[in-house]
Amino acid sequence: MSPIIDVEHLNYRYPQQPADELTLRDVSFSIAAGEWVAIVGHNGSGKSTLAKNINGLLAPASGTITVDGQVLAEDTVWDIRRKIGMVFQNPDNQFVGATVADDVAFGLENQGVSREEMLTRVPAALKQVNMQDFATREPARLSGGQKQRVALAGMIAARPQILILDEATSMLDPRGREEVLATIRQMKAASDLTVLSITHDIDEAASANRILVVNDGQLKEEGTPAEIFKHGEDLIKMGLDMPYAERLKAALKRQNVQVPATYLTEKGMADWLWQLRSNK
Amino acid sequence: MAITFKQVDFTYQPGTPFETKALTDINLTIPDGSYTALIGHTGSGKSTLLQHLNALLKPTSGTVTIGERVITPETSNKDLKKLRQHVGIVFQFPESQLFEETVAKDIAFGPQNFGVSEADALKTAAEMLDLVGLDQSLLDRSPFDLSGGQMRRVAIAGVLAMQPRVLVLDEPTAGLDPQGRLDMMEMFAKLRRERDLTVVLVTHQMDDVANYADHVIVMDQGRVVKTGAPREIFKDPQWLVAHQLGLPKTTAFAQQLIDRGWQFDRMPLTEDELAADLIAQLPATAFGGAPTDDE
Repeated sequence: MSPIIDVEHLNYRYPQQPADELTLRDVSFSIAAGEWVAIVGHNGSGKSTLAKNINGLLAPASGTITVDGQVLAEDTVWDIRRKIGMVFQNPDNQFVGATVADDVAFGLENQGVSREEMLTRVPAALKQVNMQDFATREPARLSGGQKQRVALAGMIAARPQILILDEATSMLDPRGREEVLATIRQMKAASDLTVLSITHDIDEAASANRILVVNDGQLKEEGTPAEIFKHGEDLIKMGLDMPYAERLKAALKRQNVQVPATYLTEKGMADWLWQLRSNK
Repeated sequence: MAITFKQVDFTYQPGTPFETKALTDINLTIPDGSYTALIGHTGSGKSTLLQHLNALLKPTSGTVTIGERVITPETSNKDLKKLRQHVGIVFQFPESQLFEETVAKDIAFGPQNFGVSEADALKTAAEMLDLVGLDQSLLDRSPFDLSGGQMRRVAIAGVLAMQPRVLVLDEPTAGLDPQGRLDMMEMFAKLRRERDLTVVLVTHQMDDVANYADHVIVMDQGRVVKTGAPREIFKDPQWLVAHQLGLPKTTAFAQQLIDRGWQFDRMPLTEDELAADLIAQLPATAFGGAPTDDE
């Protein structure tokens, strides 16, 4: 499959940075249409800068970004942005509507969607994120988690080809986060949506097909969740939480129990423990 | 400093069409010197209760006793300074409240408001910076040039500079990466020990409740539905699910093991507790190799 996002030798420097310093250094990767890729890394590693380069909010110092066959440049940036929906960590920075429903409709207006169409898409999107009762409320008066749901509803209504989530579930409680991840899975099943999620959350990272690890502005590693989660205690340095089974494994290892070196899911861990106990 | 609620009700905008009852018949004690966790799903009344802890809100009926001071619906808004000094609240994303030109001035702002001289307040600022684990070289920097985690520490130093007896933390680790979260939680534990503080933590992170708290208050629909030690609260998973709350990761995993036939004398709350309980039930063949740590 041809890549929907292709990044080659991307370098980025913020205007106030000295000439010999880069926030992103020689980053190259590509993402196939329909893939779910998680980008992980600790605070300040350059993840958000990378996302902002992809939809042209920031312009690279050098390198090429190609989205759906179009090379990102001044004359293509608006075409490309139409294909990408972005949800930020703090949705306050992206609300424009006076009510929740207006805000969800805003992106559709920009795309020239008809009013009749909006009248179906907006309530459907709010329903999907469980915010239908809040349609006439003021976005500013919602809780952090509710705001994140509304921002996601805006993306559901706009139906982008690519969805970029920049720590978009960080203010949700565990249950709310699971609901949002389930919504994204539904969106993916309904269309050939490509998802790029920047996250510290292990469950969100586990939902991805592939994980890219960014550190100090460079792409350090890529692999499937199982390959990356094998790093155990080093995951925390990569800006990820340790999966629970790995935390328990580390605690057992400290007590001198011989533990398997491969990555175990929670079920795998429970199976292994049971087997160990039966080996009497 | 202990805080006690007696039959507290609170209603927003009473007597108007927007009247909303947020707290109903709250009776609770936050014991002096405790590390109390306040949990409950979104909209359960945690934030409203939190604002009663230093009389930002006053009860519609009932009393809140904070140390020696009794707050009733009739309490005047004047003369609450002393109380606000004793109970420091760190709100969500406190870094958004930074405003001064330098880190030192920002931290010194609070004490000066309470009548401390500029020179003394700046001296306190330098001490507080140590306490939150930041380097003295940051004192003359603009707070806006710092990283998000550093800015949050400066904001917390500003609250500590008032020398509170009670530190109230509203989701203090939101938005930090896992290492940042761990460092921040360890910092609060250390502050509590060194400054002999009473800590109140509002959180969705059940692992933090299991790891740090010694007293838990559970809220649902504006009422206190349970109080007790963490092990008491977490021993009944079904009850927690019914109140839309999660379990610590260890307890959730232990529950899976129990379903498969393992038995535990106590409900494990942390991975080290679970590891110890498992080891007691494992055969000698499970152990071996060289010790993997420095013990």
